[in-house]
Amino acid sequence: MTEFLNSVIQGFLIGGLYALFAAGLSLVFGIMRIVNLAHGDLIIAGSFLTFFVVSSLNLPIWISICCVLPLMAGAGYVLQRGLLNRTVGNNVLPPLLVTFGISIILQNVLLQIFTADNRKIDLGEIEIMSLQVGPIAMGWYAIIILGIAIVVIGGLEVISYRTRLGRVLRATTDDPEIARLMGVKTEHVFGLAMAIAMIICAVAAILFSAWTSFTPLSGPSRLLIAFEVVVIGGMGSIWGTLIGGVVLGVAQAVGGYLDPAWQNLAGHIAFIIILLIRPSGILGSNQR
Amino acid sequence: MTGYSVRRMSSYHYAVGLALVIILIILAFLPTFLGKASLRLATEMAGYMALAVMWSLLAGYAGVMSIGQQAFVGAGGYTLFILAGFLNLPLIPSIILSGLMAALLSIPAVLVLFRLNGAYFAIGSWVIAEIFRLITAQSQMLGAGSGMSFPTAVAKTFGTSTERAALFWWIALAVVVFAIAAAYLWLRSSRGLALTAMRDDQDAAASLGVNILRNKFAVFILAATIAGMVGAVLFLGKLRISPAAAYDINEWTASIIFIVVIGGIGRLEGAIVGTFIFFTLRHYLADFGTYYLMALGAIAIGMMLKAPQGIWGLIYDRFGIEIFPLRRNIILKKEATS
Repeated sequence: MTEFLNSVIQGFLIGGLYALFAAGLSLVFGIMRIVNLAHGDLIIAGSFLTFFVVSSLNLPIWISICCVLPLMAGAGYVLQRGLLNRTVGNNVLPPLLVTFGISIILQNVLLQIFTADNRKIDLGEIEIMSLQVGPIAMGWYAIIILGIAIVVIGGLEVISYRTRLGRVLRATTDDPEIARLMGVKTEHVFGLAMAIAMIICAVAAILFSAWTSFTPLSGPSRLLIAFEVVVIGGMGSIWGTLIGGVVLGVAQAVGGYLDPAWQNLAGHIAFIIILLIRPSGILGSNQR
Repeated sequence: MTGYSVRRMSSYHYAVGLALVIILIILAFLPTFLGKASLRLATEMAGYMALAVMWSLLAGYAGVMSIGQQAFVGAGGYTLFILAGFLNLPLIPSIILSGLMAALLSIPAVLVLFRLNGAYFAIGSWVIAEIFRLITAQSQMLGAGSGMSFPTAVAKTFGTSTERAALFWWIALAVVVFAIAAAYLWLRSSRGLALTAMRDDQDAAASLGVNILRNKFAVFILAATIAGMVGAVLFLGKLRISPAAAYDINEWTASIIFIVVIGGIGRLEGAIVGTFIFFTLRHYLADFGTYYLMALGAIAIGMMLKAPQGIWGLIYDRFGIEIFPLRRNIILKKEATS
């Protein structure tokens, strides 16, 4: 029983990481109507960047944070303005195919540079330290992950509702045409939105790189998790990603407890069940 | 009053039709002048072409963006191994049943997926394929993660390896001809007119009484059927199936999307031209491994941005020719008395 509770709580905490995977995807879809199929690969690229700074250059983790965050933000802005802005429109096909192409290119670039080996960052003691509450042990690193996720998602909420940038972003989400008439440079705003999404991805990437091992081909499974979290939590809902992440994390933990091989399948099944009983997600509005 | 008539075929289409018949006859006799290895390549091409035609119909006409077709390719492959390999059913019925099995499995999948719109449908279809893969990898009966081999004793009943190569080629040829014919006849029918209207503008088509969901549903099931048969014949040729190979998104969806984008989306000819381009590139460049795949991704992106109508679209814009006439030309009749 204690073992079961431990794994459920572990799943609950790791939901924070899943929420971070999802927040960027949700933001990009909300504003640009682009489903970014390269989302998972961009996260993994961030993880490899962290790995490169920490393990290959032997620099402390905080330097990698200082490098990876601005680099990913810049890459996101350039990617959006240079490539993805040309695909924005009513047709869903061009952005899907272009981001699918980016996904394949990224995977193979990473394979070429880093080979297919498993990689992981070693953070030392923090990885194994745990907080004992009665019979239950909670890993400190997982608690930190959930804490960072709450801060980041709260920050996104503050940016959206308390700042000028957030007002412009929301206006563009509601109607890009009208926003443009009001003097919003939508191309630039799209670039900024992608940059913000990439900063969230970078945070997720750094946390993920020390959580578990990854390869250049780990991107697609990150994308699927992000997508399921968005659908479970409710599309367009910022806090929904946190709830979706926790639901998916707990579902995987329960599945994994029953049989380690069932971990991912349990997550997918939870997604299907939510989709059947509540297509708009837990926090989503009921309009379709 | 001016009368008019609608003409679909231009005069050159009789010549095209004749040429197609001649090509088909040559293809049927391919085993008499090609060796085993070349026949296997031709079989593979036929399978890819059938998948590409269906993906073009799905994405180009019905607006259904599926990146989970590997679910049905894999399901078809496994069904064939069970039916023909272990239950000793005759080969041809087994292939057909593999297609029907994939169709059957596509029904619950599509009922779930239609709750997701547009682009989210795409990732949803990928999740479905993952579920298929994970369940297969858990089934001891299906050989779990390591997969299974086609029993050699049964394979030997299909003849020597040369005779087998010929037999599998004829089956693959039948599947691709069936796929192209089904797509073409569908598009020429009144239901096809509805599909074409959907391709041009879904909202407008819906307002004119086209049942969008029903058409999408029907196309999805047809595509799943074909995918199941393709999976059946291609894995039969390999004599070995595993979850990783059966549900490989790169093999069964990414390559197919590349073929369709290069050739021209929403055009039957595009899928055919694209298949030849893809196999040519693969033949010459596949040894470059990761660089080859990077190049494929880059070519597809460039094509999508610069020439979204694809190679056949460019040819069509320049010369106005169609191999499979779908365009309706209105011929105005001159008034007799005026």
